[in-house]
Amino acid sequence: MAITQRAAGEYAIRIEKLEKRYGDTHALKGLSFSVKPGELFGLIGPDGAGKTSLIRILGTLVLADGGYAEVLGHEVVKDYRKIRQKMGYMPGRFSLYQDLTIKENLNLFATIFGTTLEENYELIREIYVQIEPFKNRRAGALSGGMKQKLALCCALIHAPEVLFLDEPTTGVDAVSRKEFWEMLGRLKSKGITMLVSTPYMDEASLCDRVALIQEGEILQVDTPDAIEAAFPRSLYGITGADTYSLLLAMRADERTASVHAFGDSVHFTAKEAISAASLQSMLSEKGFADGVEVKEIRANIEDCFMELMSGGRLADEEISK
Amino acid sequence: MKRFLGFVKKEFYHIFRDSRTLLILFGMPIAQILLFGYAVTNEIKEAKIAIYDPAKDEITEAITQRLIATPYYQLGAYLDNMEQAEEVMKANKVKQVVMFEPGFGEKFQRNGTATIRIISDATDPNTANTLQNYSQAIILGFQQEQQAAAAQGSMPQIAVQTRMRYNPELKGVFLFVPGLITIILMLVSAMMTSISIAREKELGTMELLLASPMKPIQIILGKVTPYILLSIINASVILIMGYYIFGVPIAGSLLLLSLEMILFIVSALCLGILISTVAKTQQVALMISLMGLMLPTILLSGFMFPIENMPGILQIISHIIPARWFIVIVKNIMLKGSEFMMIWKESVILMGFTIFFLAVSARKFQVRLT
Repeated sequence: MAITQRAAGEYAIRIEKLEKRYGDTHALKGLSFSVKPGELFGLIGPDGAGKTSLIRILGTLVLADGGYAEVLGHEVVKDYRKIRQKMGYMPGRFSLYQDLTIKENLNLFATIFGTTLEENYELIREIYVQIEPFKNRRAGALSGGMKQKLALCCALIHAPEVLFLDEPTTGVDAVSRKEFWEMLGRLKSKGITMLVSTPYMDEASLCDRVALIQEGEILQVDTPDAIEAAFPRSLYGITGADTYSLLLAMRADERTASVHAFGDSVHFTAKEAISAASLQSMLSEKGFADGVEVKEIRANIEDCFMELMSGGRLADEEISK
Repeated sequence: MKRFLGFVKKEFYHIFRDSRTLLILFGMPIAQILLFGYAVTNEIKEAKIAIYDPAKDEITEAITQRLIATPYYQLGAYLDNMEQAEEVMKANKVKQVVMFEPGFGEKFQRNGTATIRIISDATDPNTANTLQNYSQAIILGFQQEQQAAAAQGSMPQIAVQTRMRYNPELKGVFLFVPGLITIILMLVSAMMTSISIAREKELGTMELLLASPMKPIQIILGKVTPYILLSIINASVILIMGYYIFGVPIAGSLLLLSLEMILFIVSALCLGILISTVAKTQQVALMISLMGLMLPTILLSGFMFPIENMPGILQIISHIIPARWFIVIVKNIMLKGSEFMMIWKESVILMGFTIFFLAVSARKFQVRLT
């Protein structure tokens, strides 16, 4: 008995060998990881990686085809009702009532969860004050950023212990994205466990720990720092050359391990250790000399993701972008 | 309970903020009853007829007068020759031509028999039929009077007295009001419920509701309660309009009528929920409701066409249409003033449907996304 209680408190979310299929599509191929209480955990992966399926299984909305999952110590199938009482859920698509005003939506969700707006006002106050001037406006007439804030308020209205956020920042402008993550940071300080999915690699660094997922498989689970530090080779950023022709030229070279475009710079790794100086001369050989700058840089999550995704082999898809 | 009330309130917001929903809920019933009551009717009033009367004697004059004096006919034209009959009918000037044979009165007096030819425009067979029947009846009545006068009681007479019970004037609206109540209740209860649940699915709000601690039964009850109330209001409006504008009586117990209506509303609501468990979008819900519920309700329930006149297979199908039984119940209570004992069979069948739909829809409602 004592053991199960300890186990229940040890993890807020725990999944083991979780499987999900939709017809012929193998959406989740045996995922395992766990999230500690109070952690801000990121699910990082491109569209179609299985993020939404995973969140819906944890949110008791979809049944897994195999494996085990528990939230706050409750098994997701058997005890789904207990989980629904304690979780907050913000779906990927804006799903509030568009014909109700901000105030009405909030009151409705408060009533549905058997609470009132006043009771947990403290928790949502910081977010709510930003949309309060528009409280009598219908949700359908709000901007994308305000919709997200309202949806977050509604998901928080019953003071949940765990919060599932499915791509909360997709389709939101850069400023609102930043604000949203600041809000998540403040919620974390209130002890709420959060599982956030996002296709934006740069948001990984804002999480305590992340799971990189790709085609229903976990590539890596760790802190963003540890993942970045674990990048296997020296990484160089090349700036000042025409990105497209540089990519083509470097890809054709047999010394190249990986080469990807990042905005106006190109990230390069070689198969065998290479110094910045010899890379510079290698570039000169190919006619990229004028104004081209080479700098050894620290790998970011996207570099790591690409490295893991390619399994060490050359990955050329980025060139076409 | 607070949860439930909050949910019902939200549902009313949806209804009152959507002009299309409002129009269907309140505009349509009123428009339909006025349409059916005034415009769409089988009754014939002041149909134009043409008379060809080469005899022009007392008797033909009397018969003509008698025809025109009824509210059914109006004199359109006197014809000079038989060929004109074709013309006036083709030109759509008259619906019927009545032709007396030459020397009509004389023959009638002498031989006791004379011929009248009645030609009707059968492009609209129902009207033609009704007109034929009316004029035959009028002429027959005239003939009997003449014979009675001639015989002066020396011959025994068989007088056939016919009476149309419960709707002596054969008013179409008497039939339409029960039919309309049925259709409107079906429309509001089944169609609107299925659409409103499908809308929650389509817009993703069902996902949030499922992710909340609300039980499926609470969600369903919260969704259907407003529609139960609106259905009852609608039915009352139709009854009141029928009573005051068209004089449709409510001969039986109002309480019994209300209880039967609630029974039908519940069975229609369950059908609506059942549809919404299958339909993922409002469009699909609308299509299923229209094709699967409204059409059979209108066509096979005996509202538009008498069930006895249907081909055998359709008669069998009509048994599984709840509206068929409900129309019988409503007609009996409203027009005949039937007690429960006279309609218990239909009521039990309706109850059976209700329980069946309730069980199936409760079973099929998902607690998760599908």
